[in-house]
Amino acid sequence: MRFRPFAPLLVFALIGAFLWWGLYLDPRLVPSPLIGKPAPAFDVPRLYAPDQRFTEKQLQGQVSLLNIWASWCPSCSIEHPFFNRLAQRNELPIYGLNYKDTVRDAKSWLAKRGNPYRAIAFDADGRVGIDWGVYGAPETFLIDADGIVRYKHVGPVNEGVWQEKFAPLIKQLRSGESS
Amino acid sequence: MRQVLLGLMVLMLGATASAEETSIYGLNFKDGAERDRYQALISELRCLVCQNQSLSDSDAPLAQDLREEVHRIMSGGQSDEEVIDFLVDRYGDFVLYRPPLRRSTLVLWFGPAVLLIVAVFLALRTVNRRAQFTTELSAADIARAEQLLAEEPSSAVKGQGA
Repeated sequence: MRFRPFAPLLVFALIGAFLWWGLYLDPRLVPSPLIGKPAPAFDVPRLYAPDQRFTEKQLQGQVSLLNIWASWCPSCSIEHPFFNRLAQRNELPIYGLNYKDTVRDAKSWLAKRGNPYRAIAFDADGRVGIDWGVYGAPETFLIDADGIVRYKHVGPVNEGVWQEKFAPLIKQLRSGESS
Repeated sequence: MRQVLLGLMVLMLGATASAEETSIYGLNFKDGAERDRYQALISELRCLVCQNQSLSDSDAPLAQDLREEVHRIMSGGQSDEEVIDFLVDRYGDFVLYRPPLRRSTLVLWFGPAVLLIVAVFLALRTVNRRAQFTTELSAADIARAEQLLAEEPSSAVKGQGA
């Protein structure tokens, strides 16, 4: 069996395999340089308690989520029921960062859809968002007990994403903690 | 004549606006040099929302936020490199419109050239190999060819028409 006549076919198959793999990639996803680094510092008022401050220190002490959301963001409406359910399961604290929103719109949005957040940071001008590399709500960060960013998900989170991406990592982080 | 004058006036208006304009995108600069430095910088930074536009071209809200941020950092007296470091720390290399030359981008930068060289090499090799198949005929071969051409058509092909 001579090899040479099959060379173009093999080259085609190789290129085809790469292109096929590429169909499943999202070219718009921007990987975060924050993974493995301490959560960026911030200091903003809380949405429901504007006289109190919300800083990155609140994200230390246990594995937690920081969900970037806004009332003007339609995908945030889509993912929100999942976070409500997640909050009821009481698996881990969910913090919110209300991104480039107004107090009135944010509160009325939550009043209609439910509030799964233990506390909400109010980032009116989006500067905290810039520090966290936010480029499109919703985005969700997983932070470990030492305040290190471990994972970032861009786009709505649902049960499938949770089981595939978040749950195994949380288990791993927690088993690391107790040792 | 009136139209020529009108045209000239419009041109002059445009000319006066650009040279000393130190306010763009609603941001103020202390002089033309600073403004030029800013313009050059934001043309080299990518809008993360409209990802095939630079910060200077994009209308996305995030682009305006980032333009203001770059302006804020520059006004603080920081260098171009410090602005770039600020954004790369938060958004990664993708925020640079031109990918930096790193180990991870070697394939991106040199891959096409390498592939082209390999393709040209293979093409030339194939063409040369094909060229080897033209052979010189020996004298015996030429004699035999002439004999065959002079012969009557063989009995096997008789009956196929005149």
